[in-house]
Amino acid sequence: MKTLIHITSEKLDPQACLEAVSYPECGGIVSFVGTVRNQTKGKPVLKLEFEAYEKMALKEMKKIADRAKIEFQVEEILIHHRTGLVKVGEEAVVIVVAAPHRKAAFQACEYCIDTLKEKVPIWKKEFFEDGEVWVSAHP
Amino acid sequence: MKIEVIAFGIAKDILNSNQVTLEMEEQSSVADVRQALVDLYPAFQGLASLQLAVNADYVNDDYLIKENDEVVLIPPVSGG
Repeated sequence: MKTLIHITSEKLDPQACLEAVSYPECGGIVSFVGTVRNQTKGKPVLKLEFEAYEKMALKEMKKIADRAKIEFQVEEILIHHRTGLVKVGEEAVVIVVAAPHRKAAFQACEYCIDTLKEKVPIWKKEFFEDGEVWVSAHP
Repeated sequence: MKIEVIAFGIAKDILNSNQVTLEMEEQSSVADVRQALVDLYPAFQGLASLQLAVNADYVNDDYLIKENDEVVLIPPVSGG
C-alpha cells in the first residue's frame, strides 16, 4: 500500500514517491525534493536534525494536500518528510503532485512546500563546527 | 487546574525538559498559559513567535483550555 502523507526517520525515496502517484489520467507529475544544503550564510553545515510533533504534523500535511487538491484541481498529492538526523545532500522532504495538466501541478506543488514551511510543526536544527542552532527560532 | 504543556524544538531547550506542568485557574485561555510560561521562562520572549496547539490543532489566543487537553508549545516551525 502506498502512503501519501508520511513522516519517517528512514531515508526518503523520491523515485518510489513518483511511482506512487502515477495515473493514466494525469499528463503531468511535478515533484519537489528538498535536500540538506552544505552551508548556511557561508558557514559549513555538518548535518541537520528534524523533530516533529508527528500527530499534528501529519494532520497539517493532510490539510495542505486536501486544500491543494481542491484549489488547483489536481488528482493526487504525496508529501513525505524525514525526521531525525539527516546528512548533507540527503532528502528532507519530497512532494509529488499529479495532475491532468502541468500548470496546475506546478502551482499545487509550490503551494504545498510554501505552506508546509509555514504551518507544519516540524523543527530543524543545524549543526555547525562551533555549535547548533534551531532554524528560524529567533527574529 | 493542572495543565501539562508539551514542548518541541527550542521550547524544549528553554524548559530544559519536554514538558512542564502549570497550575492554572479554571477557564484559563491560551493567552493566559502563554503569559504564565513567559513569566516563568523569560527566554520565550526572545522567540520569533510562540503558538500553542490544543489537541493537535492550532487555536486562537482566546481558546479556553480544559484540564485534559493536550497542550503543545509550537515555537517557529522550520520544516522542509
